[in-house]
Amino acid sequence: MITLVDVHKAFGSQPVLRGVSLEVPKGLITIIIGRSGAGKSVMLKHIIGLVQPDQGRILVDGVDIAQLRGQAQDALRQRFGVLFQGGALFDSMDVFDNVAFPLREKTRMGEGEIRDKVLERLRQVDLLGMERKFPAELSGGMRKRAALARALIMDPEIVLFDEPTTGLDPILVTGIHRLIATMHARFGFTGVVVSHDVPHVFTIAHRVAMLHQGVITEVGTPEAIQASADPLVRQFITGALEGPIRAD
Amino acid sequence: MLTLLQRLGQLLLRILARLGRMMLFLLTSLYLMLLPPYHPGRILRQMHFLGARSLTVIILTASFTGMVLGLQGYYTLRKFGAEALLGPAVALTLIRELGPVLAALMVTARAGSAMTAEIGIMRITEQIDALHAMGINPVKFLMAPRLLAALVSVPLLTAIFNVIGIYGGYLVGVNLLGISPGTYFDEIEHSVGWSDVRGGILKSFCFALLIIWVCGYKGYTAGYGAEGVSRATTEAVVLTSVLILAGDYALTSFLI
Ligand SMILES: Nc1ncnc2c1ncn2[C@@H]1O[C@H](COP(=O)(O)OP(=O)(O)O)[C@@H](O)[C@H]1O
Ligand SMILES: [Mg+2]
Repeated sequence: MITLVDVHKAFGSQPVLRGVSLEVPKGLITIIIGRSGAGKSVMLKHIIGLVQPDQGRILVDGVDIAQLRGQAQDALRQRFGVLFQGGALFDSMDVFDNVAFPLREKTRMGEGEIRDKVLERLRQVDLLGMERKFPAELSGGMRKRAALARALIMDPEIVLFDEPTTGLDPILVTGIHRLIATMHARFGFTGVVVSHDVPHVFTIAHRVAMLHQGVITEVGTPEAIQASADPLVRQFITGALEGPIRAD
Repeated sequence: MLTLLQRLGQLLLRILARLGRMMLFLLTSLYLMLLPPYHPGRILRQMHFLGARSLTVIILTASFTGMVLGLQGYYTLRKFGAEALLGPAVALTLIRELGPVLAALMVTARAGSAMTAEIGIMRITEQIDALHAMGINPVKFLMAPRLLAALVSVPLLTAIFNVIGIYGGYLVGVNLLGISPGTYFDEIEHSVGWSDVRGGILKSFCFALLIIWVCGYKGYTAGYGAEGVSRATTEAVVLTSVLILAGDYALTSFLI
């Protein structure tokens, strides 16, 4: 389980998180919604320790990640898989080497075993035959899927997805959602998904949390969120121009 | 008055803090370079990029530099009736000064700028964050192979620069202006000592370190967006070039 306790973060004079508290239950998928620039990516980066909070704590299974150093930190990071917003595939490596990279760096597996595992993941994300293509030669959807394969290659217990479907066509969106759901059914990871694809993303969610103006304003099951009376949540889900959030 | 002093003080502190961060980055990189694993494949790839692919520009600049040295040297030396010393004049200028400096400047322009851009793009597209998240030290991953590759390639490129430059001077001095071929090389053999060569090699090692340090740091700390990367690239090339020239003066005064 991941717990954020009163996390504050400012960049220079610009406050981004102003007291985020959230519990991410083990083995379930939690969706984070919120406007662009609300600080969702910054929040995810806190969870893996890429960004340190100015105030507040992040606990993974009860351990404050700020206390971890060296090997313990390494060990924790290996329990995570991260799909970054832009994919973050290494430009200098082809798809196969990108997906194989964590295995080669962090395990003692032989090349044969690595090959089998990488090809299996690539098959799962429907990228077989693309092994020798470089990221620059792939479409946006393929890049996301390759990045997804890399995020899942180490069989992580916790997977963070930063906007896995942004910029994809509706069919690909459904495809990626189904992929996340299948992988989840198979591996049972704890998932945190940042997404704008409301309400479609609710089909894979166990819980939904709304981040607005630096705090979590509402948490609940997808049904509860969809039935929420909170004007903020209602406006976000329906995409209405009128409401407490001003489009600017 | 006080505010002016305060401002100056703040500026000074900012500069010191930045210098401190750069220094720390260099020391961390050097320390991590010495730790295994060494990844020979990555080192070779960087040697290809830094060294092999800089050959053309090194050969071109070296030939013209040698030729112009031959030309200028000949007419200057003739005033004193010392044309016979053209060989040593060309060779010493190259080995002690122009070889290390110009080779380093060419590597900066060709490979250093590309390196800043590459690492900067990795920064803004979260590839560096991805390395962190995988539990891989990005400074080691990015800097160690480049440092090792540069420490091998830049001195070699400098040596190639010197040889080609000396032949460029030969071409002008002997083939065009009629000095005897024997004189050119015999005089070089007489006047160029090991200490000249050693100084040049020492310089090229220092410049190799400088290029990777500054260009790597600028890319690693590149700001947001395409603008951040382009600014980092410009700053890297300018700062590296200035430091090469200033460092050359400092090293020369130390070596002489
Ligand atoms: N490393 C950083 N340095 C400075 N500002 C940052 C940094 N990372 C994010 N920000 C700022 O924090 C705010 C939230 O960003 P982000 O978390 O990416 O939003 P989103 O919710 O769209 O993912 C933005 O205004 C962004 O400019
Ligand atoms: Mg984001």
